[in-house]
Amino acid sequence: MNFKGDIPAIYGWGSYIPVYRIKLDEIARVWGEEPARVKSGLQVEEISVKGRDEDQVVIAVNAAWTALKRAPEVSPKDIGAVYVGSESKPYAVKPTATIVAAAVGAPVTIRAADYEFACKAGTEALISVMAQVVSGMIRYGLAIGADTSQSWPGDVLEYTAGAGGSAYIIGSKSSTSVAYFESQYSVATDTPDFWRRDEVKYPRHMGRFTGEPAYFKHIMLAANELMSREGLKPSDFDYFVPHQPNGTFPVRVALRLGFKPEQVKPGLISPWVGNFYSGSSLTGLSRVLDKAKPGQRILLVSFGSGAGADAFSLVTQEAIEGKKGLAPTVDDYISRKKYVDYSTYLKFWDKIYGV
Amino acid sequence: MSDMSVPKTPRIWQLAERRYRLIGSKCLKCGRVFVGSRKVCPQCGSRELEDVELSRKGKIYSYTVIRASPMEREKYGPYIMAIVELDDGCKLTTEIVDCSPEEIDIGTEVEATFRKIGEESKSGVIYYACKFRPVAKGV
Amino acid sequence: MIMRGDVAVIGVGMTKFDEHWNKQLRDLFVEAALEALDDARVSLKDVKAMFVGNMGSGMWVEQEHLGSLLADYLGISGVPSLKVESACASSGMAFRLGLMSVTAGLHDVVLVGGVEKMSDVTTSESTHHLATAADREWEAFYGMTFPGLFALIARRHMKQYGTTREQLAKVAVKNHKHGSYNPKAQYQRAISIEDVLNSPLVADPLRLLDSSPISDGAAAVIIARSDIARRFTDTPVYVLGSGAATDAIALHDRDDITTLRSVVLAAKEAYNMAKVEPEDVNLAEVHDCFTIAEILAYEDLGFARKGEGGKLIDEGVTELGGKIPVNPSGGLKAKGHPVGATGVAQVVEVTLQLRNEAGKRQVSNAEIGLTHNIGGSGASCIVHILGRGRR
Repeated sequence: MNFKGDIPAIYGWGSYIPVYRIKLDEIARVWGEEPARVKSGLQVEEISVKGRDEDQVVIAVNAAWTALKRAPEVSPKDIGAVYVGSESKPYAVKPTATIVAAAVGAPVTIRAADYEFACKAGTEALISVMAQVVSGMIRYGLAIGADTSQSWPGDVLEYTAGAGGSAYIIGSKSSTSVAYFESQYSVATDTPDFWRRDEVKYPRHMGRFTGEPAYFKHIMLAANELMSREGLKPSDFDYFVPHQPNGTFPVRVALRLGFKPEQVKPGLISPWVGNFYSGSSLTGLSRVLDKAKPGQRILLVSFGSGAGADAFSLVTQEAIEGKKGLAPTVDDYISRKKYVDYSTYLKFWDKIYGV
Repeated sequence: MSDMSVPKTPRIWQLAERRYRLIGSKCLKCGRVFVGSRKVCPQCGSRELEDVELSRKGKIYSYTVIRASPMEREKYGPYIMAIVELDDGCKLTTEIVDCSPEEIDIGTEVEATFRKIGEESKSGVIYYACKFRPVAKGV
Repeated sequence: MIMRGDVAVIGVGMTKFDEHWNKQLRDLFVEAALEALDDARVSLKDVKAMFVGNMGSGMWVEQEHLGSLLADYLGISGVPSLKVESACASSGMAFRLGLMSVTAGLHDVVLVGGVEKMSDVTTSESTHHLATAADREWEAFYGMTFPGLFALIARRHMKQYGTTREQLAKVAVKNHKHGSYNPKAQYQRAISIEDVLNSPLVADPLRLLDSSPISDGAAAVIIARSDIARRFTDTPVYVLGSGAATDAIALHDRDDITTLRSVVLAAKEAYNMAKVEPEDVNLAEVHDCFTIAEILAYEDLGFARKGEGGKLIDEGVTELGGKIPVNPSGGLKAKGHPVGATGVAQVVEVTLQLRNEAGKRQVSNAEIGLTHNIGGSGASCIVHILGRGRR
């Protein structure tokens, strides 16, 4: 345990996923790719699509509302910080966090900011809130990872760029918290595997370079750092939740770290909704919390291009059982869906030139 | 053509939090609840009203599908508009989202969801508020 | 009531209602006003005040201060002149203010007009501008439109009273038939029930042919103290009753959206003032901005019991030749609906009918006529009752 005093803990968790889906077969049809090959390579069937009235702010607020439903003992007036991680903010300058704070009824005496670190911006927001809680600066904080993941039309990224996110109410561990953090370790290096320049609409990436020297290296560094410093091994964990850029990477990194498929599968969301960027690993964790029993240990490892990874070890508590039913689960959101064709997807995304 | 709109940021900002959180006015004398901010109750004339958080669930009272859109929604396509009667008795006008017209009727149960309403222009301020969507089964 | 019969309409005029591509708002107004002056045999110098109904010149043609502009272009600068706004009931309200200024003894002869120029902008801009008559912050902000509001009313009326889609269509069919007799109507062609039912949906269940068009036009009347009316004309038509009322601006703040309370209140005031009952009315010009609005008007004006408006159209009671012909001019549906001009245009039609000058659409033995002009989704209403005799 690398916390010296108070122990940070989750009081409420909640996700939001838009209702629309596009099948990878449909995207492949448009670009002349062989659907079976694309799907088996990525292990993704379909991805969530933002509606015409949904953006990253909408996802963040709805996720926050869902998380608050699971923390009925937390008054919005006791929230001292709102941090939102994202790489698809509708404003380049103007915080999403202040809109979220207003929408949840947080007081004006809060800290609020948006984080950017590609796909690990959400866990950066979480770390910030955890630190403020255990240092005694705030009683509760709200941390969110949310994205309407962007991709160039026709880019391979388009097959996995979903939309969704999750929110967490964090406070100091008590009998009503649902899971507490045992430890947290991070790594960061200057690795340009994926980026988006200012004033450019969609990100670019270096193809296979995003894999070995980026995703795998950083997740394994962070996970191994946590396990070696804390004296833990894969078998000590009930669940492993890594960042999910597709359906294959999380399983491969799990196996390489020594986890079994059954440890990683409960937290997988990418096969059915794709990659939520900053909201990806946090929504995987949300799905695990929807099912976890008290006393189980979870390893969460985010990955952000550019590049870095945040590893967290959590242990679930008794109170989790009473809070599961207070709000829709990730699986509720996954199963509630309406398919759109590629043209509608372009319209919803405002990707039709000149409109 | 949203780019034609003139900036009206302060006016939108004045009501933003009421719209985000569904805050209405309740008459302390007759108990009636209104979606807007009121100083006088139009039903009983009382001046004793207070802000209340409105119920986030209700039923469709009447609905339509707007197919001739106002200019700020020219490229939005047909959309469902309804008067919803909330569980606290307050009625309000809202868009119904995440469903097709065939899936709803008068009486359909709906719940609040946070959505984008529009924007001043492509470079302008974005407006958000609550819309409603059918209550999902099993949730 | 002091107003009863004290004021007479001594002259009427109106432009054709149409898409007037090459005319401006001021051109339309002056054309209608001069026609009314000539009809009344009143000279410009006799006009002592002017009231102009207009909903949204500031939005549609970026021109406000219409009172002064139009007095100037009519060549009567110097007289007090005022723009009156009550959404689509603007000129109905202007007419009432004109009556008040005469009965108050301020002016002997007053010009009341109404004008709107809508076709200079796109349909979606007009849709936006019209929606400013709703509650901007709690209806229009969320995407509500005027067809949308009346569609909500229609769906409730159909649900609560069993009013049918065909009955709504019959209102449009009747008014188009009437409009075919009116040379100043925007649409002078008959349509069938099938035409209505096959026209594009605008706001379910309302279709394009349930809806009044976007129009340009102006209408004007000259009113005078009744005791001097015969100095100008041999055929004065007397204003027997006037009623005006309001309701909650937003449809959702009303208890029952299938009745327009403002109409019930305004009609009651007008009937009482005129000492007239609904069954005494020989013809009515009602505000059929959408077909459902005419059904509501039948009920709220007392021509039918609540919920039985549909039956009235089925039985042909409101057709020319029926017991109470409604909208012999073609109504807003066929004659056109330049919103700010509509209220005065209704007075023009009733006056022509009571003067027995309505040509092919003449209602026989018309003694008493009624106008019904509503603003927004019924948040304002003006009812007037006019008579051939002063009673």
